[in-house]
Amino acid sequence: MKLDAKIPKGPLAEKWENYRGTMNLVAPNNKRRIDIIVVGTGLAGASAAATLGELGYNVKVFCFHDSPRRAHSVAAQGGINAAKNYQNDGDSVYRLFYDTVKGGDYRSREANVHRLAEVSRNIIDQCVAQGVPFAREYGGLLANRSFGGVQVSRTFYARGQTGQQLLLGAYSALSRQIATGGVEMYNRHEMLDLVKVDGKARGIIARNLLTGKLERFAAHCVVLATGGYGNVFYLSTNAMGSNVTAAWRAYRRGAFFANPCYTQIHPTCIPVSGHYQSKLTLMSESLRNDGRVWVPKKKEDCKKDPLSIAEEDRDYYLERIYPAFGNLVPRDVASRAAKNVCDEGRGVGATGLAVYLDFASAIERYGKAAAHAEGIHNPSAEKIKELGRAEVKAKYGNLFHMYNKITDEDPYRTPMKIYPAVHYTMGGLWVDYNLETTVPGCFALGEANFSDHGANRLGASALMQGLADGYFVIPYTIGQFLSKEIRTPKIQNDSKEFMDAEQDVKSRIDKLLNIGGNQSVESFHRRLGKIMWDYCGMSRNAKGLEEARKMVQDLRKEFYSDVFVPGSNDEFNPELEKALRVADFLELGELMIVDAHDRNESCGGHFREEYKSPEGEAERNDADYTYVAAWEFKGMDADPALNKENLEFNDIELKTRSYK
Amino acid sequence: MKLTLKIWRQTNANDKGSFETYNLDNISTDMSFLEMLDVLNEQLVTEKKFPVSFEHDCREGICGACSMVINGQPHGPMKGTTTCQLHMRSFNDGDTIVIEPFRSRAFPVIRDLVVDRSAFDRIIQAGGYISVNTGQAQDGNAIPIEKDTALAAFDSATCIGCGACVAACPNASAMLFTSAKVSHLAKLPQGEVESTKRVLGMVNQMDQEGFGKCSNTGACEAECPKEISIENIALMNREYLKASISSDKMG
Amino acid sequence: MSWFTNFLLSSIGQKLIMSLTGLFLIVFLAVHLTGNLQLLYNDNGEAFNTYAYFMTSNLFIKITSIGLYTGILLHAIQGILIWRRNVAARGTGYKVKKASDASFSSRNMGWLGVIIAIFLALHLYQFWAKMHFGTMEMINYHGYDYAVKDLYSVVDHIYSNPVYVIIYVISMIVVGLHLWHGFQSAFQSLGLNHKKYTPLIKGLGMIYTIVVTLGFAIIPIYMYLN
Repeated sequence: MKLDAKIPKGPLAEKWENYRGTMNLVAPNNKRRIDIIVVGTGLAGASAAATLGELGYNVKVFCFHDSPRRAHSVAAQGGINAAKNYQNDGDSVYRLFYDTVKGGDYRSREANVHRLAEVSRNIIDQCVAQGVPFAREYGGLLANRSFGGVQVSRTFYARGQTGQQLLLGAYSALSRQIATGGVEMYNRHEMLDLVKVDGKARGIIARNLLTGKLERFAAHCVVLATGGYGNVFYLSTNAMGSNVTAAWRAYRRGAFFANPCYTQIHPTCIPVSGHYQSKLTLMSESLRNDGRVWVPKKKEDCKKDPLSIAEEDRDYYLERIYPAFGNLVPRDVASRAAKNVCDEGRGVGATGLAVYLDFASAIERYGKAAAHAEGIHNPSAEKIKELGRAEVKAKYGNLFHMYNKITDEDPYRTPMKIYPAVHYTMGGLWVDYNLETTVPGCFALGEANFSDHGANRLGASALMQGLADGYFVIPYTIGQFLSKEIRTPKIQNDSKEFMDAEQDVKSRIDKLLNIGGNQSVESFHRRLGKIMWDYCGMSRNAKGLEEARKMVQDLRKEFYSDVFVPGSNDEFNPELEKALRVADFLELGELMIVDAHDRNESCGGHFREEYKSPEGEAERNDADYTYVAAWEFKGMDADPALNKENLEFNDIELKTRSYK
Repeated sequence: MKLTLKIWRQTNANDKGSFETYNLDNISTDMSFLEMLDVLNEQLVTEKKFPVSFEHDCREGICGACSMVINGQPHGPMKGTTTCQLHMRSFNDGDTIVIEPFRSRAFPVIRDLVVDRSAFDRIIQAGGYISVNTGQAQDGNAIPIEKDTALAAFDSATCIGCGACVAACPNASAMLFTSAKVSHLAKLPQGEVESTKRVLGMVNQMDQEGFGKCSNTGACEAECPKEISIENIALMNREYLKASISSDKMG
Repeated sequence: MSWFTNFLLSSIGQKLIMSLTGLFLIVFLAVHLTGNLQLLYNDNGEAFNTYAYFMTSNLFIKITSIGLYTGILLHAIQGILIWRRNVAARGTGYKVKKASDASFSSRNMGWLGVIIAIFLALHLYQFWAKMHFGTMEMINYHGYDYAVKDLYSVVDHIYSNPVYVIIYVISMIVVGLHLWHGFQSAFQSLGLNHKKYTPLIKGLGMIYTIVVTLGFAIIPIYMYLN
């Protein structure tokens, strides 16, 4: 199938403006007659549902949580990028566009990224108007900080809780629409299938998690904003409930899945402490503004108290290898470097899988500045530390507090121990410029789609993309599809297609409940995660991927013969919910492996050991792999088919990414 | 470490419910409280029993899903900490831990430790927003907001909607939750415009949901995992009095 | 319903009534204590009895006292309504209760109120009812051209009974506990919570509570010992 990204003609900077001015619209009287289903209430879903409701469409919105406010966008810490150039440091829409494409290792679609950079400015305005309490300067104007992979300060933030504040903003807009009746909220409902009628997405099958009842919901189109699939690794910074099911079911109904192998491993997470570990906790990238990453130069120092290791025996490896960006290199680069030093045997901590993130020099620097500001001459070393700690506390207090709670160590005195962990998935449902998948009428927003981050996402860009898609893109582009649907009467939910889909879901559930094996869902999930991490994690090679594919297939077989799911369908049954999600992860995992195997190059979050420079840096193959790999489901017994969308770069020169 | 757990088990809203006792061995002090429950559940599943249902999601202390009363305290003994961020090092070997759901008429039990907190959503729907449609906003820097004001608004806005305030309050009152949103928006110039309508609507909804009435005990702020102050309640009282007396609304 | 009843029946409206009536009663207690301290004069009850006469005959005081009765009633009725609602709002209680978060007073305002109400019934029966409706010895003091009721002797008689002395002292402690939370709570309900002034209000509340409790408690003890 030929993939048509529907990128508007014209110069890059004018595409969106011109497109918006000429695209098809739906008149207000017709909007009232059109039903839209939105699945997911994170930044993308909540903002889309609210905005579509404001426009007058009838919106039904679904989340599996007890409340839309719990979506995992809430946990984003660091901030949101926008090309406001409030700091007068040379930022512009083009620079944000450029940084994002470069950060994504030239594997994203130019037109989408440029649009993202354009609307980034509107997002900040919108959020401020909603009452999001962004950090401010003394003059009352908005404050910024810098993030990895860029040389300007364009990140807006609300302490270490930016995601929470933005989500609460979108949630409040959504709540307002629910109150007016424009949006109907279905919480504790999990989408388990997409329903197609005459080739178009016309509804979903959702399970009411309180009663177990399967319910059929019909609409003129379906918008999926269901997040990423990082939990395929079992251990990740995702929430426990984050899952791929909605996107996966759309894939099985004909939506292509793009670049599934692009996963982001975040460099600064709290290391694993035991086999019981259920999730990993991120320490915001903003810490790398002030923290210095190091490991001992000598292996024998690794078990020593870090404070006893002399300065000359420490290897500040990021500063050494990447002097231009130092500790602020992009995430994929920082993660790989950490893995490399640990592989060399220079990792620290009980497991040897950790590096230090040290604030001693920041504390000293801030302490001296504060002493100077307070007019203290010749301050003692202790006084400097005391003042410095206070400054660091003001900036990162909540993160330090969280670190202390989890590890029982005091990061103001001893360096933090950190290690990379799965954080975000750049891959997702393939969408065109309108954010429409290959199933007409089925749209994908936010992390659930693949579009904007290429092979690696820059910090503070996920929030930007989720809100851009929801507030400022889908409300327009959905009109391209719906303007052709104004004569379509209300979709009925009792057609054969709906009944069949419901039956399909029912058989899936019955199948799981009837296996009656001996192993818990959790144990399968943990094993799948281990395979994925070992063979399709931070670095991959062809041989390992081939083995891993077999292992996942075997694990899936074992799952369907020996899993035990307690209880029945007709009750509140979290274990059944988990089983359905893990079943889909077991299929997705294989597709990720297939995709990683297909891509014979190293780019962004995808690092193939066979393709690296003599210094160990990732080596792209632009001649053969400047494409989006969009996978098409061909049935469980057949290999998925690869469809390529060739990426064209007209406004940016493809270069080897260098942060040196 | 070894632990004895007494956990409230209740199959559904109509079930009477009772406490069940479980013994756990080999619990590491580095585990989080929820990971300890994971271990219990894994054990129950191996015994082909129905695991203990409890709400949880982000496990980073920010989504507000986790909700249980541990030895008489919502979110357990550690100040300013959600259950998911509580670690077993806060307990001793041989401890008996009693785990109950949040108790409030307005939060009916769904199963075991899972309760229905949708009343909170309805309170927000009754006015916890600023009426601005997408695209209507002016430039973000058009209204300067004093740094301290922005920080104060942030402190109120940091509420995670977990419901510990209701669970802790001897009166099962939702004043801290409601007031946190009222004051977040009232403190900001953008929110001031609608403040009358907002506070009347939200308080009215709160009353209809069947929460108790605040008697200023301060138990809520002591247990709030985000340490939200009851100054917010005073501010809401003020806003409400002002709104009731000065607004043109007659009904 | 009109906005006014809506307002008064809302949870914050009810708090406002509790707060305002409470503050009114706080003022009353201060006045009441000032008057009663005259019992401590060794003047055969002259100061106290003439004060009591003034309090029962002055028109302004009479009108005010109607306000006082209404205040007490409103405070009690409202308190009961809130208490009932709050018990219902909890539903099933907790097996383990950890009490330290809120002060003893704040958690037990309802029970303290009930004890105070019972005490009040006794107190009113013993003095107020007798003064207003009962018969009492009349006494003539030098410099007055009319006789006044000898309430002082009635008080003196009752406080010669150690059982009553104990009841009164305990009741005063209960009143003190009620005030301990009530004083500052009234300000919080009115929305008067401020980083700068709230510590002052709390401090004032504590001083007030201690003075009022001790002041009232000393009277029966002193009179019993004399």
